[in-house]
Amino acid sequence: MTDTGTYLYAIARDTGTSPPPGLTGLLGAPVRTIAEAGLVAYVGTVPLAQFGEAALKRNLEDLTWLEATARAHHQVVEAVAEAGPVAPVRLVTVYRGDEQIHRLLRDRAHEFTEVLARVAGRREWGVKVFAAPRPAASDDAGGGEPPESAAERPGTAYLKRRRTNLRTREEAWHRAASRAERIDSVLTGIAVARRRHRAQDPQLSGRDDWMVLNGAYLVEDERGEEFAAAVAALRDPELDVQLTGPWAPYSFTISESGAGGTA
Amino acid sequence: MTVDRSAERMPAARAGVPAQRVALVDLLDRLLAGGVVISGDLTLSIADVDLVRISLRVLIGSVGGDDVIAPRRSDAPGTGPL
Repeated sequence: MTDTGTYLYAIARDTGTSPPPGLTGLLGAPVRTIAEAGLVAYVGTVPLAQFGEAALKRNLEDLTWLEATARAHHQVVEAVAEAGPVAPVRLVTVYRGDEQIHRLLRDRAHEFTEVLARVAGRREWGVKVFAAPRPAASDDAGGGEPPESAAERPGTAYLKRRRTNLRTREEAWHRAASRAERIDSVLTGIAVARRRHRAQDPQLSGRDDWMVLNGAYLVEDERGEEFAAAVAALRDPELDVQLTGPWAPYSFTISESGAGGTA
Repeated sequence: MTVDRSAERMPAARAGVPAQRVALVDLLDRLLAGGVVISGDLTLSIADVDLVRISLRVLIGSVGGDDVIAPRRSDAPGTGPL
């Protein structure tokens, strides 16, 4: 049992070129390539003390470790994307050795080739839409409400008010969500594929407002400007629309049978 | 509305977002719910891929992907995405 593993960052077409000189990945280790079946895997050697099963279990709970790992992974993917189509691999995919990566490329050559053909000449854009929750009439003040009938007990009035507030909130949510749907549908029209991610956790995004859209759009390179312009044109005084990217096609590497690429 | 400056160089440049300027939360959306998924007996981390999705769930609600976004209502307990 060795004490190192082979970390897989990304898969690309084998064009006979070597990895960008000086490219380093996790823990500053150099990025190597493994070629097989017309494909090339970008890999690095990692210590199992950090990337073994037990260690990963612990480390993945550590946000600082996770961030360093995610950024190092991303840096390699970006460098590979500069050179041509790339299929990024999910975070923390670690092999026992290089031989197993040769096998992976052989076994799944068809699928990877297909994915690379689908993302070639395209980039991913992210569009996030936030809506400020409509400030509900305060439960305590109740000033805006017509006075309740004197016969009504205070508890009943409170419940009524609370129901009204929830309904107002619900309506505000639906309005924002339906605007977001319209934005999504316009952008999907420009993209060749789109995927929706889950709403981000406020703890990570640092935002308390509603995230009503967290979309990823795969867009032809030559339509990138058009896409960004469309996002700008969809600005809405009640919504905060944010564009991120272009990204490597992280969200569109799942093979046809998978969840990716719903156009 | 924010547009990354790298976008303005499109389409000439294929350059992506500089690593240090990417928000971690946006990166994790992609790295944990996207990317080629390897399954089988080749990797050490098969169990850990699931692990990422399960145990980080406590910390990061955004893992998983493809779910319909539901309103977050901090005032209505029990309606969270989990």
